[in-house]
Amino acid sequence: MAKKIGIPRGLFYYQYYPFWKTFFEEIGAEIVVSDRTTKRILDDGIKNCVDEACLPVKLFHGHVMNLRGRVDYLFIPRFTSVSKGEYVCPKFGGLPDMIRQSLKDLPPIIDTEVNLRKSKRNAMKAALEAGAHFNCHKAEIKAAFKKALKSYRDFREQVKKGLLPSDILDRKFKVLKKPDDKVLNVAVIGHVYNLYDSYINMDMIRKLRDSNVNILTVDMIDGGIINEKAGTLNKKMFWYFGRKAMGSVLHMLERDDIDGIIYVMSFGCGIDSFVCDLIERKVRRKGGVPFTVLTIDEHSGEAGMNTRLEAFIDMIRWRSADESNISSFG
Amino acid sequence: MKVTFPHLGNAYICVKALLDDLGVDYIIPQFNNKRALELGSRHTPEMACLPLKITIGNLIQAYECGADTVLMAGGCGPCRFGYYCEMHREILRDAGCEMDLITLEMPDKELGEFVGRVKKLIGGLNIYKIVKAIKNTTQISIQVDELERLSFRTRPREVKKGSTDRIYKWFQERVLAVRGSDEIKKLIKNAREQLLKVETDNSIEPLKVGIVGEIYTTIDQYPSFYLQSRLGDMGVEVHRPVTVSNWIVDHILKNALHLPRDLSYAEAAKPYLGTMIGGHAQETIGHTVLFARQGFDGVIQIYPLTCMPEIVAQSILPAVEKDYDVPILTIIIDEMTGEAGYMTRVEAFIDLLNKRRERTAFERNRVLSGNRRRVGEH
Repeated sequence: MAKKIGIPRGLFYYQYYPFWKTFFEEIGAEIVVSDRTTKRILDDGIKNCVDEACLPVKLFHGHVMNLRGRVDYLFIPRFTSVSKGEYVCPKFGGLPDMIRQSLKDLPPIIDTEVNLRKSKRNAMKAALEAGAHFNCHKAEIKAAFKKALKSYRDFREQVKKGLLPSDILDRKFKVLKKPDDKVLNVAVIGHVYNLYDSYINMDMIRKLRDSNVNILTVDMIDGGIINEKAGTLNKKMFWYFGRKAMGSVLHMLERDDIDGIIYVMSFGCGIDSFVCDLIERKVRRKGGVPFTVLTIDEHSGEAGMNTRLEAFIDMIRWRSADESNISSFG
Repeated sequence: MKVTFPHLGNAYICVKALLDDLGVDYIIPQFNNKRALELGSRHTPEMACLPLKITIGNLIQAYECGADTVLMAGGCGPCRFGYYCEMHREILRDAGCEMDLITLEMPDKELGEFVGRVKKLIGGLNIYKIVKAIKNTTQISIQVDELERLSFRTRPREVKKGSTDRIYKWFQERVLAVRGSDEIKKLIKNAREQLLKVETDNSIEPLKVGIVGEIYTTIDQYPSFYLQSRLGDMGVEVHRPVTVSNWIVDHILKNALHLPRDLSYAEAAKPYLGTMIGGHAQETIGHTVLFARQGFDGVIQIYPLTCMPEIVAQSILPAVEKDYDVPILTIIIDEMTGEAGYMTRVEAFIDLLNKRRERTAFERNRVLSGNRRRVGEH
């Protein structure tokens, strides 16, 4: 019987699931993904994680608990770095240890370290290490790795064309409403696990789309452009997400088809606290593009979120309808 | 050019020695104070960590005194500290403080640029002078830390309460008035002799508590309401492995020269935290294990709210607490922390440690009913 490997639906699930799925299926494992986020999962996570952690990490604890007892292995890789010379976040690096100490009675954890800080070739090393749990040959693992890489690239291509990972992963394709007012291009900047988990961001994506907004994310911006723009910074960004966010926003500020920027951050996120602030300063200095920050945490009330989203979109619409950007009060 | 730099505990003494010897004009910001924290909180993002807030406060206060250039250390992540220099640049600009920033860090692009930065700072490149100044600075950092350790030892044992603090504070103030590393060294020696003369009661066996956590909030005494000297007043001997000299020697010099470092803490942390994840998380866990093995009565972890590496450490510490049977108190500090609530927790923790010690002393002399292991031993 195939061994069951559990993948918690949280954090980098939204970025690497297509890769993991192909890889583990190719080496003959059965994949079990935790259920979609519910209140129960979130509550479990909050109860079993240190209070100071950020929402996505707490939620991840909940997803791990959701898988407990249903799988033979848990796949919680240690993401130190996913790009050359950059880091992800200290919490990602310590995640397997946090899980192991906070939750009890867990199946064995596959905590392969993914560290591409020095060289991209370490990805294969990580794959071999993870594959070793399923006794198959090196050659098989290597072949699986290549196939997985291909499906990952296909996935990224689709995302670049404008499909959101949540559309692909949840197989929810957007139902086009007949456009009655102008379609707005709004950039939504945030970590994948905040943007594409419709429970914790309170279905923000659908709400924006319903009000006729075309969503742009950092994943839709060409990597080359991001790197070029991020290269103009005074000091190299050493966070993977930070570089992408800074690069994309700097690029967006030069385009004239962006109607607004929404930054979605989770409360207590260390990286967001700096990146968001730097972006906000840059946007405000340049002027001309409306900018708002939405902070989500486990207490977020949906009404407050709706109000702010609606107000932001209305403001953009009135702005172009009245054609003048000058406040009537001088 | 008037250089300034943010505070980090006694680091100002080392930077002062360095700049004195290199002949750079500088202003030392006021010691950490309430206004610095308020200024910092006003201008920095809400969720930034406390050290950023308070250092911004330092720099704005220095700007008010006429400083125009900031000297700052850099880093390459993943802890946020590595990006402080850029945050400082942006925040100071928006706060209306026109200041130049010089970041001292290993260059990621070319060496020439780094050399240029140093040249800009000291107006020339006299290698002999630089090496000598670095050597003296390192020595001073080590001596200052020795002095601090001595104060940790003297405080719980002193007969007349407050005598250690008086000498130590006198030294911290007085050092501002002298110039050059030679005079600073003389002053350190003077303070050391005074501390050694403090009348102590050596029959006291004080509680031993280890301090671990994030570097800024443990080294600098202001954010933690001078916890380490207060613990001393409560009759607790404090040990803190993370120091300024340790940072200079181990993290900067040994790394730059590729010398072997003391990694016993990493070894001790291994069963709990496999790799370096940035900041001082590995140190926190490793040192806690080492403290427990040395028979310390308790450990206090201090860190600023939202500090990423320490959150990981905090969630792992309960496992260490259980495995080694050592009480651990975690204290999280931000600009809203109230002194009374905070001290209540510390006092309760110390009471607990005292009781634990009494209890073990009591049990050692008695055989309790049902305590078979002890019966067997006798």
